[in-house]
Amino acid sequence: MAKFQSLPEAVAENLHDGDIAAFEGFTHLIPHAAAHEAIRQGRKDLTLIRMTPDIIYDQMIGMGMAKKVVFSYAGNPGVGLLRRMRDAIENGWPRSIETLEHSHAAMANAYEAGAAGLPCAVFRGYVGADLPKVNPEIRSVTCPFTGEKLAAVPAHRPDVALIHAQKASRRGDILIEGIIGVQKEVALAARRVVVTVEEIVDDFDDLHPNLCILPHWTIASVAHVPGGAHPSYTQGYYARDNAAYLLWDKISADRALFTEWMQKNVLDAGPEVFAARVEGL
Amino acid sequence: MTSDFTPNEMMTIAASRALSNKDVCFVGIGAPSAACNVARLTHAPEITLIYESGTIGTAPDVLPLSIGDGELCETALTTVAVPEMFRYWLQGGRISIGFLSAAQLDRFGNINTTVIGDYRKPKVRLPGGGGAPEIATSCGQIFITMKQATRGFVEKLDFYTSFGHGDGGDHRQRLGLKTKGPTLLITDLAVWKPDPESKEFTAVSMHRGVTRDMVQETCGWKVRFSDRLEETPSPTELELSTLRDLQRRTELANGGKKGQ
Repeated sequence: MAKFQSLPEAVAENLHDGDIAAFEGFTHLIPHAAAHEAIRQGRKDLTLIRMTPDIIYDQMIGMGMAKKVVFSYAGNPGVGLLRRMRDAIENGWPRSIETLEHSHAAMANAYEAGAAGLPCAVFRGYVGADLPKVNPEIRSVTCPFTGEKLAAVPAHRPDVALIHAQKASRRGDILIEGIIGVQKEVALAARRVVVTVEEIVDDFDDLHPNLCILPHWTIASVAHVPGGAHPSYTQGYYARDNAAYLLWDKISADRALFTEWMQKNVLDAGPEVFAARVEGL
Repeated sequence: MTSDFTPNEMMTIAASRALSNKDVCFVGIGAPSAACNVARLTHAPEITLIYESGTIGTAPDVLPLSIGDGELCETALTTVAVPEMFRYWLQGGRISIGFLSAAQLDRFGNINTTVIGDYRKPKVRLPGGGGAPEIATSCGQIFITMKQATRGFVEKLDFYTSFGHGDGGDHRQRLGLKTKGPTLLITDLAVWKPDPESKEFTAVSMHRGVTRDMVQETCGWKVRFSDRLEETPSPTELELSTLRDLQRRTELANGGKKGQ
């Protein structure tokens, strides 16, 4: 059953040292406020799963919170590379990290298999590609009906999923619109789900019958954090802050500048700063 | 015909010409997006553009900075979840053309966007494959567009992120692939097509003002030129003004940064 909590309470109760955690959002609805709260709480030795680890995982890796990252595209979308993640992989700063790399198709299938309660995902993939040579979790099965060799990867079953969404009802049901990415799959694959929302409304009565809704009994915690996706965006509320993504390329290029920026904008801040950051977007 | 255009404009416009109204095109990150939208705004208004964020039939007014910008969803016929995109639409064989770019490319259209150097001790860790490994094998055919430079056009890839024609010849068929793989490469200097037998990319037309030496100097392998090497038709006024208008709108919308 969904509990309405402050973001610090929701994160403290659901994210623990050593957890397998997925902070998801496919460009849209990225849970920046939740990630910053995890950074403030100093969680460590996390295994971080994400299709597109972008700024938030760059920040968490740069703060030394990750021991392993499972991913399929590690870039700053539309801008370039992830400089903190590169520094960890190439130079072990501030600590070395393990990586497990997939394709998008594999990651999406692995979340879906997790949501479906299956041990693995089966799909047509990786033919001729080198990733199976460097990722021992990419294997194959033979179709018992046609004999076709298919790729198989283990299902994702995160300890905790953290996502951002548009709305919660007073009961704690969650409404997600726009580019929905893998938000539903990661929530149903995870043992615990924390959702930050833009708005809390009375109910979802009289809306379209096929909306993407996560029932309250699939959610552990709901926290009301307006602007909580910034500099990612929330369809219907505010646009993507492309200037912030461009700026991150400069901040993340230098260890000292990064550390200083994190102190000022994350460690010394709180979830309430996000609402002001999206004004005018 | 117009006299004044840049190599990049020529590349984008030549790439746009390869697309038609009946195509369902999976648009990769980078240079492909501009080409696909110029096609949609000129000769192929009925083309279906699909981005891996789940947007189907999208018609952006400005080029997106990322593959998941709100503009793509707002102008799409429908937006589906990412697992559905990869399972039903891509793996289901409903996409005729995959349009990709690359950090490293070889003569057989194999692509690397993963690492420069050794995978475990990389010199440069690149973003990785994203959707490309399955786009390269599930789409009916693959078009590639990228600027020529010896750093990117290499004799041997450091990593096979996505499979083109492998070692050439019938390598795709030997792996059980039924799709065509790379059939077209459009650069800032030339248009290339695979040789029907060896599958090695062969320059079939050069853009106006480009010489064979320029094509060879920016390519890390010994270039094969077609016996019937042609000149790429230069951009028309309509093509050029469409591309420039699109880029102007994009820069205004993104505060000075060009979209992709």
